[in-house]
Amino acid sequence: MSSSPEPGLRGMEVGETRRVYGLDVKKVGKDLYEVFIGPQHPGSGHMRIIVRLDGDIIVEADPDLGYVHRTVEKLSEGRQWIKIIPLIERMAILDACNVTLPYVEAVEKLLGIEPPERAKYLRVLLCEINRIASHLYGMGIFGVFLGHSTMYMWPFGDREVFVELAEWLTGARLTHSYPVPGGVRREMPDGFSDSVRKAVRYMRRRLDEYRKLFLDNPVIRRRLEGVGIIPKRTAIELGIVGPNLRASGVRYDVRAIDPYEVYGELEFEVPVFEEGDALARAWVRVEEIRQSLNILEQVVDRLDKMPRNQGLMHDRFWAKAPALFKKVLQDEGRVKLMPLMAMVKVPKGRAMARAEAGRGEIVYYVESDGGITPYRMRVVTPSFRNAIVFKYIAPGHRLADLPAIYGSIDYFPPEADR
Amino acid sequence: MASPAEGVVDRIRERLGDLVEGFEEAKGFVTFYVRPERLRDAASALKEMGFDHVKSVTVVDRAKEGVFHLGYHVSSYSNEELAGIVVELATRLPREEEPVAPSLSGIWTSAEFQEREVYEFFGIVFEGHPDLRPILLAPDMAEKRPLRKEFVVKEEGIYLE
Repeated sequence: MSSSPEPGLRGMEVGETRRVYGLDVKKVGKDLYEVFIGPQHPGSGHMRIIVRLDGDIIVEADPDLGYVHRTVEKLSEGRQWIKIIPLIERMAILDACNVTLPYVEAVEKLLGIEPPERAKYLRVLLCEINRIASHLYGMGIFGVFLGHSTMYMWPFGDREVFVELAEWLTGARLTHSYPVPGGVRREMPDGFSDSVRKAVRYMRRRLDEYRKLFLDNPVIRRRLEGVGIIPKRTAIELGIVGPNLRASGVRYDVRAIDPYEVYGELEFEVPVFEEGDALARAWVRVEEIRQSLNILEQVVDRLDKMPRNQGLMHDRFWAKAPALFKKVLQDEGRVKLMPLMAMVKVPKGRAMARAEAGRGEIVYYVESDGGITPYRMRVVTPSFRNAIVFKYIAPGHRLADLPAIYGSIDYFPPEADR
Repeated sequence: MASPAEGVVDRIRERLGDLVEGFEEAKGFVTFYVRPERLRDAASALKEMGFDHVKSVTVVDRAKEGVFHLGYHVSSYSNEELAGIVVELATRLPREEEPVAPSLSGIWTSAEFQEREVYEFFGIVFEGHPDLRPILLAPDMAEKRPLRKEFVVKEEGIYLE
């Protein structure tokens, strides 16, 4: 790097571009500057926001997405039904069960099958473990954005507890490919439910510490309170989803509005905040972790009362399984997938399914022409629906508030770009 | 996902009246077909009923029939009765180089980014869209309209050749 001092914006002509403190700045009019933020920046990466500034007030923000677009929809048209699962879970690896579940449900709808009761509970178990991990990740990134390094370290450390649980249950830290059409791929290991209870106790204690350290911290509150307010009507009009929607006073959670799997039989609350600012969005996540911990306790209690090593896979894919397959399930708790699974033909039809992923509602539309691959697979992810916030909410704020807004909506580029 | 209760479907049909060209029940939602030029009227009617946001702008390339199926999956945040259901407002567009459809972003802001996505992947031009340009793809890729059926993805085999 050169040792000469940064020239700043002094003496810039209209139309001139200059690199100032690592940002490309262009003077687009008298007293109006265009700043390119990203695609590399200190928070979650690979997304650019082009902002136009009058002084340090944002007058226009244009989110530029697609840096990690992976053509998930197109690639799905050339893959067998089951092989799409490892493809789509790469959108949000930490939230893999929530992200793949509605796809699996949509395929099950077309097949006309429903998984056994125990498989449904196991799916919910992993979904909630994923949700907690996903929220902790989001809070850690939020800490990075605000320069609060402890709030980065703590949630990332605590997240490890839930990633380890997921690994023990499924065999993989991330991208578990756990739910498949007809059921799930593994039985819960011995002693798993006690570890879950232990993790729940630990995490409850930690949430109180997060409150003291972060949410009630006067410095953090000054940066978040009243910043990035999304009024209720605006939130509805923009069609945003998940914790961001609920922080704006809309009680909408797919698990409660349109229960799937066994959510209808579980007791939990939907935390809703009225303020709609960045602080409310942080609070919603903390309260949701608390609710997910409650759900985890209920789920392992019920799983403990059910017979083990059975009811993991629908008969369509299990009744004719050879003796060796059944032995593997009895001895190791693994469901070996029948070869017919790879070449399964899904009846002609159109189906839609949705779930409440960590970052909000995820929607799948699946169309089959009766073949071994989908005719069309459409997925709309929560982050993609939340991206519109940058365009409509950021203007009017100071540039210094942009990290607080970005961090608070828990925007995750790989998920948005698909 | 629950399909709409009969009562709601009847009310929508009544409200849309002669705008409706066809009706189809799918798994998890119902579809009302309208003509492209009536799309805006139908969307306004649905919005007045309480369908306040778009979940997905879904396009299917029906190459054999020579049409694009353009559908808006809508639902409601504010109306509790409608919140649990999804309705698709759909139309069929001729499968040309640049088929034109009216933009519904003016009615549902939540459709704005997804219409941009449809524009780059299928080449459907939304008339009256406030800011129609590619959103996910680089400009050179967007010109190829990659989600059309004639765009074939060349995949590498898993073995070395």
